[in-house]
Amino acid sequence: MTDVVATNQTILVVGGGISGLTAALEAAECGKQVILVEKGPSVGGRVTQLYKYFPKLCFPTCGLEINLRRLKANRNLRVLTMAEVTAIDGEAGDYRVAVKLAPRHVNDNCTACGDCADAVEAEFDNEFDFGMGQRKGAYLPFNMAWPQRYVLDPRLIGTPDADKAKAACKADAIDLDMVEETVEMKVGAVIWATGWKPYDAGKIQPYGHGRFTNVVTNMEFERMLDPFGPTDGKIVRPSDGKAPTNIAFIQCAGSRDRNHLEHCSRICCMASLKQTTYVREQFADDVTSTIYYIDIRAIDRIDDFYRDVQADPNVKFIKSKVANITEDRDSHGLLLHGVDTEGYHRYSNPHDLVVLATGMEPSVPAGQVPGPVTGDEHGFVAADGAIFGAGCASEALDVNRAVQNATAAALRAIQVVNRVAATESRDV
Amino acid sequence: MSDMNAATVTRYRDDFLKEVEANVEEGDWVKMCMQCGVCSGSCPLGPHWEHPPQELFMMIRANKREEVLSSASMWYCTSCYNCLVRCPREVPITHIMHGLAHYAERLGLAPKELPTRKFSKIFWKNLSSSGHANETSLALKLYFMNGFGEGIKKAIEMLPVGLGMLRAKRMNPFGLFAHKGCTDKKGLNAILDKAREIELAKAAKYQA
Ligand SMILES: Cc1cc2nc3c(=O)[nH]c(=O)nc-3n(C[C@H](O)[C@H](O)[C@H](O)COP(=O)(O)OP(=O)(O)OC[C@H]3O[C@@H](n4cnc5c(N)ncnc54)[C@H](O)[C@@H]3O)c2cc1C
Ligand code: SF4
Ligand code: SF4
Repeated sequence: MTDVVATNQTILVVGGGISGLTAALEAAECGKQVILVEKGPSVGGRVTQLYKYFPKLCFPTCGLEINLRRLKANRNLRVLTMAEVTAIDGEAGDYRVAVKLAPRHVNDNCTACGDCADAVEAEFDNEFDFGMGQRKGAYLPFNMAWPQRYVLDPRLIGTPDADKAKAACKADAIDLDMVEETVEMKVGAVIWATGWKPYDAGKIQPYGHGRFTNVVTNMEFERMLDPFGPTDGKIVRPSDGKAPTNIAFIQCAGSRDRNHLEHCSRICCMASLKQTTYVREQFADDVTSTIYYIDIRAIDRIDDFYRDVQADPNVKFIKSKVANITEDRDSHGLLLHGVDTEGYHRYSNPHDLVVLATGMEPSVPAGQVPGPVTGDEHGFVAADGAIFGAGCASEALDVNRAVQNATAAALRAIQVVNRVAATESRDV
Repeated sequence: MSDMNAATVTRYRDDFLKEVEANVEEGDWVKMCMQCGVCSGSCPLGPHWEHPPQELFMMIRANKREEVLSSASMWYCTSCYNCLVRCPREVPITHIMHGLAHYAERLGLAPKELPTRKFSKIFWKNLSSSGHANETSLALKLYFMNGFGEGIKKAIEMLPVGLGMLRAKRMNPFGLFAHKGCTDKKGLNAILDKAREIELAKAAKYQA
């Protein structure tokens, strides 16, 4: 049985992405008791799937490492992974919370040696790579994952693979009898930082994602750049594994669209600009990038980054939202059809790889949060409701702004538990 | 210039967008267009339009009254609704195209020789006179729309289709002589008169 010590002076942070980590660490470093609940097997969230960060083009692993060091050094912070909040009752200063813990089947004896992964045979679609590659049934989600503890896929339980894994583990870390459990706790304040998920590109019918092999999303493109990812870090056409020659980026794929997401996802313009620098880094002058856009939304200081990309002779900008894509069945080449806004020229342009700049939607829409939140019409959780929305759960943000926003949430939560502390000391 | 046209020109001088908003079906949606281009790129007849919808909307905002109203473009709309279902702003483009065409017709500015305009007039006359479209006479009128010689040619060309329809009982050859129409023609006429009256009253408001 997992026991968790918490009181109504404890802060609960739900979601262990960059925003949740930040909020939890800021509060814990102020001396507050914090519990961080993460649904996945490791912390870090979506940024762990990115190759580089705009605007500085540094590696997300770097910032993550700093946060992990802070986390390991702090005694006020308790992290629960593979955990989900199922109920939040009460009010600010006095919440009762239920947390469901899924069985990992690997306990903390695990040394991350990987013998269990070698021993099992079953493979599954790798969710970390959006199903572009396979992973073993016993696995570490990604190299830098924290906790550095393997996971046994629940689909192995009851199969010979489970016993093979158990037999292979020299640390006696595999526990096939682990079951799901629910723990209840009292907390004073809740920060909701469950982040975002990519909009389902398959719903944008005219662009053919899922039908046309060489149409990928911007997140799939990020995964291609990971040296340990599904294509060993190479930008390729999925149809033949070869280098593309002529890449198209389609902006606002599913955003700013009343048929899909009404809001501007804010980061996808910058993400595509950034991704053209990946293309240059890998292919120098040999491959061209074309960005199809309604308007480029690179705001304030980020505008310099936009100017630099504009100066690249291999990057072309076409002011037009592509109407539809057709595919040549034999070559898997693609034709992008539309009319541009600067002169109303009709085009049918050939490209051999298309990246859809898909936007973000809340991973848990406000209406599905099991507690008292205030949501907007897009499903984002208000930052200043009873429960404090933080990071991309509260609006579409880049990392820099998500971290600022999460710090503000930590401050709000600290104010609540300080009030509780003041009342309780008066009552004594 | 027709009286109504002259009156509207005076009334909306230099603000064609306002004129469209007041007089064209769904015209107040024009300002919602964000010029993305999806409609123009989605139109199956798009390559034949001189000014695709996106451009028409910009021309309206740019006050290009004559060019828009005398344009043949919106008369090419076949009501396939491809643009309308894809527009990210849910602008009712199809309806606006017909609204523009209709408004241009009312003002007497529509190009005279457009086949779709001729078709619309023939179809409306055919339908409104009896309440049911008389397909046989409609088809014949359309064949002869561009003169006798061409009508005969067209009729011969379409003969196999016509015979097929006869065999499948999809066309009534006696319809030419005895078309039944709807039961309450008087009621229908009253409805249409009332509609015309409302429309004229609306137009008259702008003639003051
Ligand atoms: C293609 C692309 C490229 C980008 N590139 C950049 C860039 O270069 N620079 C930049 O600044 N920003 C970039 N961004 C934006 C960046 O990804 C976000 O700002 C960042 O991920 C926000 O972090 P977050 O913690 O708010 O959300 P997330 O990263 O989504 O983290 C949320 C966490 O909550 C967990 N969770 C979800 N549901 C639950 C639940 N019910 N219970 C418990 N836990 C839950 C998730 O598992 C996850 O760990 C990019 C975005 C896209 C789409
Ligand atoms: S950030 Fe750019 S691509 Fe993304 S929704 Fe906004 S305008 Fe479109
Ligand atoms: S699709 Fe809609 S928003 Fe885009 S140009 Fe056409 S009318 Fe304007």
